[in-house]
Amino acid sequence: MAELTYRDAVSMGIAQELAHDPNVVFLGEDVAGAGGVFKTTGGLLEAFGPKRVRDAPISEQAILGAAMGAAMTGLRPIAEIMFSDFLAVCWDIVANEIAKTRYMTDGQMSLPLVIRTANGAGSRFGAQHSQSVENWAMMIPGLKVVAPSTAVDTIGLLAAAVRDPDPVIFFEHKSCYPMKFDVPSGDDDIVDELGTAKIVRQGSDVTIVALAFMVHKALGAAERLAEHGIDAEVIDVRSLVPLDTKTILESVAKTNRIFTVEENPRLCGWGAEVASIVAEDAFWDLDAPVVRITTPHVPLPAADSLEDATIPSVERVFDTIMKAVQQ
Amino acid sequence: MTTMPSYEEYGNHTPVFPQPVNRENARLPIPEEVRLKLFRVQQEIRQFEKRAYDMFLQGLVKGTSHLSLGQEAIAAGFGVAMRKDDWTFATYRGHAHTLARGVPMTPVLAELLGRENGLMGGKGGSMHLTSVEHGVMGSYAIIGAHLCVANGAAWTSQYNDTGQVAVAFFGDGTTNIGAFHEAVNFAAVWNLPTVFVCENNLYMEYTSIADVSPVPNPGADRASAYGLPSIIVDGNDADAVYMVAGEALEKARTGGGPSLIEAQTYRHHGHSRADPGTYRPKEEVDAWNERDPLPMYHQRLLEIGVGEERLTAVVQETASAVEEATEGAKNGDLPNLDSIYTDVWDDGGWQWRN
Repeated sequence: MAELTYRDAVSMGIAQELAHDPNVVFLGEDVAGAGGVFKTTGGLLEAFGPKRVRDAPISEQAILGAAMGAAMTGLRPIAEIMFSDFLAVCWDIVANEIAKTRYMTDGQMSLPLVIRTANGAGSRFGAQHSQSVENWAMMIPGLKVVAPSTAVDTIGLLAAAVRDPDPVIFFEHKSCYPMKFDVPSGDDDIVDELGTAKIVRQGSDVTIVALAFMVHKALGAAERLAEHGIDAEVIDVRSLVPLDTKTILESVAKTNRIFTVEENPRLCGWGAEVASIVAEDAFWDLDAPVVRITTPHVPLPAADSLEDATIPSVERVFDTIMKAVQQ
Repeated sequence: MTTMPSYEEYGNHTPVFPQPVNRENARLPIPEEVRLKLFRVQQEIRQFEKRAYDMFLQGLVKGTSHLSLGQEAIAAGFGVAMRKDDWTFATYRGHAHTLARGVPMTPVLAELLGRENGLMGGKGGSMHLTSVEHGVMGSYAIIGAHLCVANGAAWTSQYNDTGQVAVAFFGDGTTNIGAFHEAVNFAAVWNLPTVFVCENNLYMEYTSIADVSPVPNPGADRASAYGLPSIIVDGNDADAVYMVAGEALEKARTGGGPSLIEAQTYRHHGHSRADPGTYRPKEEVDAWNERDPLPMYHQRLLEIGVGEERLTAVVQETASAVEEATEGAKNGDLPNLDSIYTDVWDDGGWQWRN
């Protein structure tokens, strides 16, 4: 085991894939010479050269268009969109072109590409640089959507995404970048599987499903709940599309209660789909209503005190679950 | 201060007349068999598009459709000049560019009719014609997007050093959308083998391009911003287009980077099926109808000594092909409803949960 930050796991994951397949290329703004504005891509230019690690102008449509055209002609591009908020300026390429082209062409093309992007709050950057937009991507048919919460998952799921024949949007969480995790050391590639959730804490009383940085909030709340005699099972969803409903439904069958912890704003957040699936497929397993713990349906404020009170906190997750189970 | 036009004046604009035919182009060094190919491809597009129009009127073609009647010389000039492994990226006005790469008429027409034997089994429609085996890497219905996508194919060519060129066709209106500027800049700074072809038919949908552009040549006048030469070609002269295409393709193939070409032309019909095109001054329409690329090219081939009977044979063969395509498309089955659930993913399926 070696200790690794989530930030370094990003560059290790990209490096692993560049080394694994000569058709893998990487482009984005400030990714090569500067090593990434979040210092997530340092050393890649030196290791793999400017032909494979390439700086692009501030042109998100051109970046993702290039990734798409390269993917349809045999390369496996990884494209970085610096902040996930910027997906809005190239959403045509994502939602209309990348997502739909295989279907519209009756399967004539595949688009093996990955869009990596820094998602989420915690940096006090305000409403245009802190959003959690995983639900935007989730609602478009033709996109796979992944959001890791740990360093090893970052490497393994990035590998799975790059090696997958379909387009994947890979949401890294800005607040996870400085976090340290144990990662197995060794020479073997770390390759995970898309569409698989992970039970990160076993429990029998309630199920908490969370994504990315919210997994750590959920785990914090679970420890507090344990002090009050409530044994929470925490599921890291990891992959919104495909969605591992089996792991979630099996947990609900065991605990009979489910809470979602979501950083996206309330309306049409990913947990709404989870709640809908649980209501349709596991209604008779439930002892109580599904409860969603989300960012309220507001744009994110910038001030630290406001941002902290807007995003679901350990305290809010704990309080909400305590209140629900005591009813 | 901007002076706004009165209501009566609104939309009036000075007619834009075509340049006269450059008769010297008959002497361009183009082999006779290439010229016959240019003639044939123009005929194929013309006759196909006329049939597509007739079939709208009969209610057989569903949805919308954007015809290239009047603009055939551009698709033919490039289609004939391109190497077999080059890539075409077209817009929703893409029937012409698809046919010009050798895609058979029957699956194209069947796609317009929404049939199972359509080019994409009915899942794409008129605006998304694609035939990867012919290098037609898609027709794109959101203005500007495919210029960015074409760069990606060009990147693959550069990366693998194959000499392939990506050619993106688009209308004059595209020069006012951000993706155009992002794509041309990106191609220039990455020195990509992309050829951008602006088909300036003088109208962005229903509005004169002159009313929405601050420069007289919407494509060519933007080139200098990206360090590219300004290139304008008579888009109604297949020989002129063929020559310009050849130069740009060769430049791209040999590492010389992208080109931006403005081909001046006119569409004989409105923007789309729903548009009679009444916003265009009559004298302008008449003048451009006189500059129809097909009769001009017919005349040129006679001038350089091609026998009338050879041209007649091409016209008749094309007519037979259109008849055959019409029958093939009409007789096509409706798509199997199971196809709704195929090919979202590379594994052929659509599953999003376990």
